[in-house]
Amino acid sequence: MGKKVLMKGNEAIAEAAIRAGCRHYFGYPITPQTELAAYMAKRMPKIGGTFLQAESEIAAINMVYGVAATGRRVMTSSSSPGVSLKQEGISYIAGSDLPCLIVNVQRGGPGLGGIQPSQSDYFQATKGGGHGDYHLIVLAPSSVQEMADLTGLAFDLADKYLVPSMLLADGTIGQMMEPVELAEGREPVFTEKDWAVTGTKGARKHHIVNSLYLVPEELEAKNFERFARYAEIEKNEVRYESFMMEDAEYCVVAFGIAARISKNAVVAARKEGLKVGLIRPITLWPFPKQVLADAAKHVKGFLSVELSMGQMVEDVKLAIDCSRKVALCRRTGGMIMSPDEVLEQIRLLAGGDNA
Amino acid sequence: MIVFEKPKSMTEAELHYCPGCTHGIIHRLVAEAIDALGIEGRAIGVAPVGCAVMAYNYFACDMVEAAHGRAPAVATGIKRSLPENVVFTYQGDGDLASIGMAETVHAATRNENITVIFVNNAIYGMTGGQMAPTSLPGQVTQTSPYGRDVKTAGYPVKVAELLSALDGPAYIARVAVNNVKNVRSAKKIIQQAFQNQIDGLGFSLVEVVSACPTNWGMTPQKALQWIDEKMIPYYPLGVYKDKRQEGEASDK
Repeated sequence: MGKKVLMKGNEAIAEAAIRAGCRHYFGYPITPQTELAAYMAKRMPKIGGTFLQAESEIAAINMVYGVAATGRRVMTSSSSPGVSLKQEGISYIAGSDLPCLIVNVQRGGPGLGGIQPSQSDYFQATKGGGHGDYHLIVLAPSSVQEMADLTGLAFDLADKYLVPSMLLADGTIGQMMEPVELAEGREPVFTEKDWAVTGTKGARKHHIVNSLYLVPEELEAKNFERFARYAEIEKNEVRYESFMMEDAEYCVVAFGIAARISKNAVVAARKEGLKVGLIRPITLWPFPKQVLADAAKHVKGFLSVELSMGQMVEDVKLAIDCSRKVALCRRTGGMIMSPDEVLEQIRLLAGGDNA
Repeated sequence: MIVFEKPKSMTEAELHYCPGCTHGIIHRLVAEAIDALGIEGRAIGVAPVGCAVMAYNYFACDMVEAAHGRAPAVATGIKRSLPENVVFTYQGDGDLASIGMAETVHAATRNENITVIFVNNAIYGMTGGQMAPTSLPGQVTQTSPYGRDVKTAGYPVKVAELLSALDGPAYIARVAVNNVKNVRSAKKIIQQAFQNQIDGLGFSLVEVVSACPTNWGMTPQKALQWIDEKMIPYYPLGVYKDKRQEGEASDK
C-alpha cells in the first residue's frame, strides 16, 4: 500500500482499475459518474491503454464484450439510465461467461429521474437486469477507500468465476472526496485462456465466444453449469461488515451510503440504551443470507435502510424466512435520510416490540 | 492438379443456408481472401444476428457471436485489444442498416481498422421475410404485403452511398454475387478490404448485393435475374470511397 491521497470516489475507481491491470475503458457521458471517464481519458493514452467514448451505452458495453472475449481486463461505467441501456450487452456477456467490470454510480429514477444519489437499481443489479437466467457479482462500496478496494476485488472475482462484476455505487460516494490508500499497481496479466479469441495461430481449433444454444438440452445444461458456479460464489464470496451486533436485539441492514448514515443512528441509539447493531452487505449478490438468518436467531426485528422505495428489504425478508418483523426506512428520488430519521425508525421498531 | 477445393478458412460444418442463397458464395469469398493473405491464424470474425448467425461454425478462425447490430462495436473492442489481429464482421441488412446503424456509422467515422462484410438481400431472412431497411420501393414482404409504400415505410437505405459521405472510412464498395463476372469482382474487392486492414488504412466495408430466393418467393435463377433487373439499378456497383487511391491522387 502507498500513502494516503485525497480523491473523489469516481476517480478512485478509475485509478484502482488501472492498478488492477485494466487497460481498456469504454463509456458514454452521464452524470454523476463523469469524473471516472475523464480520469480514464487522461490516463489511458499515457499507459498504452484504450479510452474510447462510444456512440452510446449500447455500443460501449458491446466494446467491453469484444475486449472481454479476447481475455483482457475491461470495464465500463455509467449511471442508472445508462446502465439500463447496457442490459442487453450485459446479458450477452453473462451468457458468454466472460469477465468484466460494470460500474453503476446510481442516480434517482425511474426514467430520466434525477441526478442525485439513489440505490434504486438494487433489483436490476442483483436479480439479473437483462433477459435470461443469470447473475452478476455485485459489490457495494460505502467509502472512497472501498470504491478503490472493491474495484480490484471485482476484477479478480470476475476472472476467477467468469462472471461479470458490477460495482453498485451511488452519486454520493462517487462525488465525495476522502483520503484513500491505493493498492500497488499490478501489470496487466495476459495469460493464454482456453476460451479467448486471440487468433488460432494455426495451432489450435478455433475458439467461439457465444451465447446462442439452439438445442434446448444444451442451453439448459449451460444454465445449470453456470448456476453451479453461482453456488460456488455464494459459498465462498459473501462479504459483509458487522457492527455492534454481539448483543444486538435489533438489526439495521443497509449498504453503501445508507450504511454510513445508519451507523451514526446505531451509535446514537446505543446511547439511548437501545441494543441495536448493523449488518452491512458488501456483496449484494451473493447476498449475506446466512448471516442474516443467524442474526434472526438472536434479534427481535430488522430495519432495512435504503435509498429506494424498498428493494433490498425483500431479500432481508427472504433471508430470515419472514421469521422476524422487518421494517423499512426509505428515502428516494435523490433524497437522503438523516441519521435522526433512521434513529426514529429504530425507536419505533424497538418501542413497537415493547408495546 | 487440384482445380477446386474448399478454402482452409472454412470448417467441415455443413452450411444451413437455403438452396440458391448466396451466403455460401460470400462465405467462400471471405475464406478465400483470408487464405490468400495468409491471415487465418490471426483472423477473428464477428457473426451477426440473422441468417448468418451461425457463421461462427463455418469460419475456421476464432469467432465471436454479437448481439443484433452490435458487431462493429464488438469488433472495435477486439481490435483495440488485439491490434495485430485481423478483425472482420459479417452482417446482414437488418443487422447493419437498421438496428445496428449507429454502431455502423460510428465505427466508420472513427475509421476503426476493421473489415465489414455487409450482405444486402433486401429482406429479413431468418425471421421469415419481413421488410428490411434495404427492401426496394414496392417490394412485397411479410410486413409490406401490399408492397413497400415509401409514403409510410420510407425509402431504402443506400449504405455504400451513406457511409462514403463520411470523412472517416478508408474503403467503401458495393459488389454483387449474381453471376461469374460479379463474383470475380467481388472476390478481388473483398480481398482488398482485408488488405486495407493489414496495411492499417482503416474501416473497409464491402456491401454485397445478394439473393434470398426463399423469401423473395423466386427460383434461384429468377432471383439472380432479379438482382440484375431490380437490385443493381437501385444499388449501383462500384468502389465508392478508396483512401488509398485518394492518397495517390493527392501525391501526384
